[in-house]
Amino acid sequence: MQRVRFTFLDHMIKQPVIYRMGHDFNVVTNIRRADVQEGVGWVILEVEGELEEIERSLEWVRSLGVRVDPALGDLIEP
Amino acid sequence: MVHVAALRCKECSREYPVGAFNVCDFCFGPLEVVYDMEAIGDIASRERIMSGPYSLWRYADFLPAEYNPLVDINAGFTPLIRSRGLAERLGLEELWIKNDSVNPSYSFKDRVVAVATAKALELGFETLACASTGNLACSVAAHAARAGMTAYVFIPSDLEAGKVLGAAIYNPTMIAVNGSYDDVNRLCSELADQYQWAFVNINVRPFYADGSKTLGYEVAEQLGWRAPAHAIAPSASGAMFTKIYQGLKEFEQTGIIDNVETRMHCAQARGCSPIATAYEEGRFVIRPVKPATIAKSLGIGNPADGYYALKTIEASGGSAVIAEEHEVAEGIKLLAQTEGIFTEGAGGVAIAGLKRLVERGEIQPDEPTVVYITGNGLKTTEIVSDVVHPILIEGTVSAFEQHVGVKA
Repeated sequence: MQRVRFTFLDHMIKQPVIYRMGHDFNVVTNIRRADVQEGVGWVILEVEGELEEIERSLEWVRSLGVRVDPALGDLIEP
Repeated sequence: MVHVAALRCKECSREYPVGAFNVCDFCFGPLEVVYDMEAIGDIASRERIMSGPYSLWRYADFLPAEYNPLVDINAGFTPLIRSRGLAERLGLEELWIKNDSVNPSYSFKDRVVAVATAKALELGFETLACASTGNLACSVAAHAARAGMTAYVFIPSDLEAGKVLGAAIYNPTMIAVNGSYDDVNRLCSELADQYQWAFVNINVRPFYADGSKTLGYEVAEQLGWRAPAHAIAPSASGAMFTKIYQGLKEFEQTGIIDNVETRMHCAQARGCSPIATAYEEGRFVIRPVKPATIAKSLGIGNPADGYYALKTIEASGGSAVIAEEHEVAEGIKLLAQTEGIFTEGAGGVAIAGLKRLVERGEIQPDEPTVVYITGNGLKTTEIVSDVVHPILIEGTVSAFEQHVGVKA
């Protein structure tokens, strides 16, 4: 299971990214919180499945230009 | 006695018992410590604080962990210095410098780690851990050494070795992780779930973060029990920034000081300014960035508390300010050459930010202003290495007089 945050910019907001993620990969997505405004939006979600499949699905999401980050922010601190 | 009532989700307000959790099971929001402020208000007083130790533990009534001498390496209660040279240069009548670069491991991180370590021991942990590229690693390793705890410090494998000497000297187990920054993030998240360790900024983060409240308490006490009109602090995750304000407001709430009308100003460097950029765009949505700043101690591209920092700016009537990259070294030099304080990149950002705020007219000359200097310059000497240019002479008086241009 991974908790991730997707940040969508401008043109990506209208794309059904999360639907396709669950449809095209063997992962279950569960949205917990989101905020979509003009020009930028984010979604915090849980992704369940085999670790490799989660990785593959997230890589695909990144390839669309969506930014993928840990849900709780960066854990590495200076 | 600790006056912690519960942990609470900052987003959905669900409450959780006190323990090593940092995230709400329902909405994945971050948890924070809820205090019994009435009980604190009943016992807290200026006299009680002043009779406490000369460290952050003088504010133990307001903290989520008991004072524990096993942990104490004297973090906190750092100098608040009335500025002369810098104030004059900027045209300010009452400027104060909170010099947190003189903490035991030379950054403000000792405050948060001291509290996290004390809480970790209370919760029964024997191992302290963190993922860090600098100051946090030093502080965790130092506190673990003092407390007799095992320490694990995770660093990205491409980090320069010299950067972690200040942590390695305390002999933690240091693990250099191959892969991207995100890979290190992910590994630590998974380890925090699987191991019975206190990851200071992950599973004990709610307690850890509250160590920074002492930066608010201390300034209020050192100003003679009053809050400043303006506070300028550099921001990475945004946590320290929000907690300074929380500290001031808690002092107001418990009657320790009156009228907190401090305007909070957040300073970031151009190369990593997700909070300040959101502020400038008038948004509460943070767009994560890839850090590319000379002020490496502010290099958090996806700031956990960025949204809350923006809310603090809004609540306090403050602002955010961006220092250009070339201004970072200039800020470091300006502080050193006007006040005798040598800070690292984050301090350079704070000073550059202060300068800009004065130029913009956001700070009036007669308003009491505090600027937070959070780390020590000896950690990042490469930023200002161009200051070293000695005058080379032969060992004679005449050579000295000829080359230096002074006469007895």
